[in-house]
Amino acid sequence: MVEPLSRNQIAWRAAQDLEEGMVVNLGIGMPVLASSYAPAGREVIYQSENGIVGVGPEAEAGHADPDLVDAGSRNVTLAAGGTVIDSAGAFAMIRGGHIDVTLLGGFEVAANGDLANWDAQVPNKGQLVGGAMDLAFGAKAVRVMMQHNTKSGGPRLLKKCSLPLTAPGCVTRIYTDLAVVDVMAQGFVVQEILAGMSKDELQAKTEAPLKYSNDLKALEAPSGL
Amino acid sequence: MIDKRVDSIEAALIDVRDGTSVMISGFGGAGTPANLMRGLDACGAKDLTVIVNSLRFLEGQAPGLFAEKRVKKAVCTAARGRGKTPSDYELQWQAGELDIDMCPQGTFAERIRAGGAGIPAFYTPTAAGVELGKGKELRLFDGRPCVLETSLRADFAIMRGAEADRFGNVRFRGSQANFGMAMAPAADVAIVEVQAFSETPLGPDDIDLPGVYVQRIVLAPDTGEIRG
Repeated sequence: MVEPLSRNQIAWRAAQDLEEGMVVNLGIGMPVLASSYAPAGREVIYQSENGIVGVGPEAEAGHADPDLVDAGSRNVTLAAGGTVIDSAGAFAMIRGGHIDVTLLGGFEVAANGDLANWDAQVPNKGQLVGGAMDLAFGAKAVRVMMQHNTKSGGPRLLKKCSLPLTAPGCVTRIYTDLAVVDVMAQGFVVQEILAGMSKDELQAKTEAPLKYSNDLKALEAPSGL
Repeated sequence: MIDKRVDSIEAALIDVRDGTSVMISGFGGAGTPANLMRGLDACGAKDLTVIVNSLRFLEGQAPGLFAEKRVKKAVCTAARGRGKTPSDYELQWQAGELDIDMCPQGTFAERIRAGGAGIPAFYTPTAAGVELGKGKELRLFDGRPCVLETSLRADFAIMRGAEADRFGNVRFRGSQANFGMAMAPAADVAIVEVQAFSETPLGPDDIDLPGVYVQRIVLAPDTGEIRG
């Protein structure tokens, strides 16, 4: 069987679905890696909830401007045509339905599209909600990038989320290291599966029942990412 | 003649007393009023209410606020410390000594914006139907559930900008504006520390935050290392 996708390969796969002219917000962690992998020549506008409209590449070493950071506190640059507004304005943009796609990390996704990605209920640790909830409620499409299973091997694609929800019924597509899965009226529908992995193997790693697209493809990403 | 300059960080914070509420801007170090935060730590005021995006960033500049248990309430979007060992504020939260109002960041920003705009409350879909929204008044708009959120005001707001003039007009650079644009109008006294002071009035196209929202300007060219 082919190796499961690396974090960068998952990001690459998610980036292939970003279309020309889309306004996209990338969550902290794995999602933000996707900005490096949108196909060449495709112009995507990256919004960051601390106010940047048109996030460019991360600043090169020695050229960081401490007054220009994205929502992940990375020292970034502005893309051509980019500008900066304030936080209230950035969330008006998010809540107001002006974000085409948000790519978010996830702890759990349920077969009805429920997302849990903000409170892992770690003992003795405080809560952190940040901008994830406004993005999950406000973006036109919510796509999740995550490992298919927890570190201990438990499933993340569930019948029902066990952790506190970020937003109900919001997720439309999930990219994992093993598959690309759409959330549809009938539940999880696998669009792509890791080459060499059987349907039974994927189901064994997934709690909720999986259906398969009539156009099922192999999940592939360039090596060496 | 209007002149909103004050001579020092201490003078800017002279009337911060016990029981005061303070809004603190800044995101990822940009717009973070590191000098005023250190001054807030040094002033010794207690029973404070802080309205700040991240408690970790506040603790980075003003560790005494939590080490000395001087914060009674925090309205924030992030209250998680670094690493596995609980921070002072996580311990105080668990012990019931620190009241935390955990807000989605867009709701946090809009509650502040509304406070400065004379809007006492508003409905938002964010958090409707999930645990974080429990206990809030719920209402359907076009069939979509929304929760009622109340606005926020404070005695003080502190933030950092690039340049200001004697009218209190402020120019931000990069992503410095973040929460400051909403916080200044929502506070009785907005204090802005700036990198540079312009002896001549800023030009109209260079003003992001009009001076009518700003009460005090303090020159603070160096931020030092911003931890958080």
